[in-house]
Amino acid sequence: MKSSVIVFPGSNCDRDIAVALGKYQIKNEMIWHNEANLPKSDLIVLPGGFSYGDYLRTGCIASKSKIINDVIKHGKRGGLILGICNGFQILIETGLLPGVLLRNKKLRFLSKNVFLKVVNINNKFCRNYTKKNIIELPIAHNEGNYFANDELLKNLEDNNLIAFKYCDEKGNINNISNPNGSSNNIAGILNNEKNILGMMPHPEREIDPLLSGEDGSIMFESILKSY
Amino acid sequence: MLDPQGKVVNQTLKNMGYQNIVNVRQGKYFEIEIEEANKEKAKNVAEEICKKLLTNVVIEDYTINLK
Repeated sequence: MKSSVIVFPGSNCDRDIAVALGKYQIKNEMIWHNEANLPKSDLIVLPGGFSYGDYLRTGCIASKSKIINDVIKHGKRGGLILGICNGFQILIETGLLPGVLLRNKKLRFLSKNVFLKVVNINNKFCRNYTKKNIIELPIAHNEGNYFANDELLKNLEDNNLIAFKYCDEKGNINNISNPNGSSNNIAGILNNEKNILGMMPHPEREIDPLLSGEDGSIMFESILKSY
Repeated sequence: MLDPQGKVVNQTLKNMGYQNIVNVRQGKYFEIEIEEANKEKAKNVAEEICKKLLTNVVIEDYTINLK
């Protein structure tokens, strides 16, 4: 399996995701945003960070990069795209995923571990979360407050396009377990075809039993299995 | 549409004694210089820029003032 991690000025989780992909023997290439052509890839990752210093709107300037044309083509062809944190914000700005990510409700940068419910396992990113559907991953963001109007929310719920929801340790999804004010506690969503996943939490930071936990590893195992 | 920053400004104004403030929304302001003699054409360019880059039409509106 081949992957490409797109690197923007201000990306800072690009090497973490490269380590995670390497652990699962996924052959990865780091691709600078200004490249015109994307090498043949089975998976594209838009990493976390603060591309272009979050100028204008988070992810906005990155979404106009030269390489993004090929990323969009890849996605429209059904290729896998994973956007984590700033990567999710970029996916929203490209229009590959719907809705918008606002500033956190309490206007604070959040950096902590949260519990998530894996709401949909019928996709290539989450299929291995069969035995464990309440997981713990870190979040680190200022604009992760997912907002969608009622019509879009209904569409996401009805078509099973929500991958993760914020919850508590026992899996309760409510206001108390919602760290940033996201509509319906949404932490990650899929496109209609389920080949594109955008999420605020960081699976690449939970791949080592000694340093963290392995709740993120399950995602990379899922991706590998789908190949 | 929730505007967390506008809400905080609103609350602060109330705390400062401005009791008649009903709502505050925070936005952005751009000064764009365009080399174009025809005002209508310049406005069209500005309009296009607003749609393509400057605003996220899901959550933001825009108005253009020509000078």
